Amino acid sequence: MLQFDDVLLAQDDFRLTVDWSVGAGARVAVIGPSGAGKSTLLSAVAGFFAPRRGRVLWQGADLGPLNPGARPVTILFQDQNLFPHLTLALNLGLGLRPDLRLSAAQKAQVDTVLDRVGLAGMGARKPPQLSGGQIGRASLARALLRARPVLLLDEPFAALGPALKAEMLTLVGEIADETGALVMMVTHDPADARAFAALTVLVAEGVAHAPVETAVLFADPPPALRAYLG
Amino acid sequence: MARGPVAVIGTGAAVCVAALVLLPLGAVLMRASTWPAFAPGDGQAVWFTLWQALVSAVVSCVLAVPVARALARRRFVGREVLITLMGAPFLLPTIVAVMGLIAVFGRSGLANQALAAVGVPPLSVYGAQGVILAHVFLNLPLAVRMVLQGWQAIPAERFRLAESLGFAPAQVTRHLEVPMLRAILPGAFAVIFVICLTSFAVALTLGGGPKATTVELAIYQAVRFDFDLGRAALLAGLQFALCALVAVLVWHVVTQAGFGAGLDRAPVLRAQGVGPLLADGLAIGGTAVFLLLPLGTIAVRGLPGLLELPDAVWAAAGRSVTVALASTGVTVATALALALRVSDARWGAGVIDAVALLPLATSGLVLGTGLFLLVQPWAAPSSLALPVTVAVNVAMSLPFVYRLLLPEARVLRADYGRLSESLGLQGISWLRLVAVPRLARPLGFGAGLAAALSMGDLGVIALFASDQTATLPLVVQRLMGAYRMDTAAGAALLLVVISFGLFWAFDWWGRRYATV
Repeated sequence: MLQFDDVLLAQDDFRLTVDWSVGAGARVAVIGPSGAGKSTLLSAVAGFFAPRRGRVLWQGADLGPLNPGARPVTILFQDQNLFPHLTLALNLGLGLRPDLRLSAAQKAQVDTVLDRVGLAGMGARKPPQLSGGQIGRASLARALLRARPVLLLDEPFAALGPALKAEMLTLVGEIADETGALVMMVTHDPADARAFAALTVLVAEGVAHAPVETAVLFADPPPALRAYLG
Repeated sequence: MARGPVAVIGTGAAVCVAALVLLPLGAVLMRASTWPAFAPGDGQAVWFTLWQALVSAVVSCVLAVPVARALARRRFVGREVLITLMGAPFLLPTIVAVMGLIAVFGRSGLANQALAAVGVPPLSVYGAQGVILAHVFLNLPLAVRMVLQGWQAIPAERFRLAESLGFAPAQVTRHLEVPMLRAILPGAFAVIFVICLTSFAVALTLGGGPKATTVELAIYQAVRFDFDLGRAALLAGLQFALCALVAVLVWHVVTQAGFGAGLDRAPVLRAQGVGPLLADGLAIGGTAVFLLLPLGTIAVRGLPGLLELPDAVWAAAGRSVTVALASTGVTVATALALALRVSDARWGAGVIDAVALLPLATSGLVLGTGLFLLVQPWAAPSSLALPVTVAVNVAMSLPFVYRLLLPEARVLRADYGRLSESLGLQGISWLRLVAVPRLARPLGFGAGLAAALSMGDLGVIALFASDQTATLPLVVQRLMGAYRMDTAAGAALLLVVISFGLFWAFDWWGRRYATV
């Protein structure tokens, strides 16, 4: 269970309070206006933004003292998810061993995962040679290798077309099933939330509201969400 | 990322650098038997030092912008070679550069021959104008390289975005190029200003006299002719204060460009029309002639003597290469540690940044003298000439290499810091897999710079070396002093070849590694 225990995220004029929990393996969309703090919420879980007050806990353990790399978390950023100077195979290998001293079995594992996400035989390519969709697949492949119980998506597919984005979300769903991960996904698109996430968190007006069922939320949107949806 | 070990190493490196700079200064001050006093003419030296440095730095930076822009947006045969050669004058051992400038601009040089042909009276290469000419000659290429790196650091995506938005050239300049120049030029200006502020060999050979004596030259005269360590230390303190003041002023002007990461595709910078083409041609051609002609004359003069160099010259060359490689290794490792520590932007980054630039403010002669005084109780000075030279060379090239690395290290943090952290990539693995490959280009360039500067350094070694510990630049200077000009020219050419060879090898490594 991921728990926000009376958390306050603050910087300059920005304030966001979070006080709820969500079970392991859940799929949660995070929706709300720009600048409301969706990315900041994810950053707090990933370890890039220390709460001013309160604690973020995973399975009852405080994540506060842990460095980002030591947290049970994989995060995909909007861009810059791969190192452009490393081949795909090495970029993926980082998910298994950050020092890249991979055993033969681990190298085989990288190949298998590349195959799994539809990038078979592309291990020797470098990111600048790939399309946006391929970069998305490779980033997800590394998430699969890392197999952390929490997967955070900070709009990594925002730049992709609807068909490609739907494809990516399907892949995310499959990976979440295989690893049993809790997925929190920032999105601007209610359709994404409906298609992918049973639960939705609304971030607006300084509060990250407790997750509610996506269908229920959109059937009768609260005023803040209605203002956002227009 | 680099929490822990890298941060600790960076802080430790800063402590060592501060000790290396401040302890010798203290030692020289302690040694002064009486309370030092300024000599008449010292005020004039301060004034001359300041304005010649200001003029030299402004001219170098202003000329560098059109040249770097032309090099950034034109592709022509020999461009790579020209860019490498552009780096030449800054890397040229100063004594050799002065030889070349006198050959071109001296009384019987090419320039005055041309002027005489059209009936204009000859210009003198000595005095203030000679000092400024030499400083621009030596520093313009550095400014060009720094600005060119800035242009290349603007991601192609940004230019493409500008193109897609239908930006006119003036708008590209305003939104992309001016922010980059605002980030790069203050640093370039500061570095060149301070180089000229502490310039010694140029002032020694082309300046001198009450109207063209720099503070550094006054320090040399105080140590060498009067052995007045107290006054040398006082002048060094004065110089230090001047340079530190400049560094603090400029530090506040230096901003970050913040262009974000591109995906490492080749930059697209276009200019159409005859006007820009002519301007670029003039900028590139004029600079090439100005910079390469003196180098050419050195080559022509030195070639005949090259084959008959005495063994002592070869032995000195071996010592110089050893010194250069040793100081390069220490310099690059220290500069990398400092740049990574400062780019982390946690507590103390400002202090460490200042420490990294501290050696710029100090005089190599005073530093070396102080080091000798410090280690004298335990060892004979002649046996320490080379180690002390290594230490001084490290101090002298560190600020340049650090300056080259810092902006790139900041970009590295901004673009890949969070990704590295989220993957748990840290310490040695992070250095090996992320920092060194991403910084290969400035690392290679910086290492080449450090090697060439060390190779051509003629400073403290002149005060203390015996025949058995003389370096190649010192041998050249002694041969010139003995009027063995053919041998001197041959040795000078050998010095140039080795300096450039080392620079080229490191720079090539960096550029190659960066593209693989």
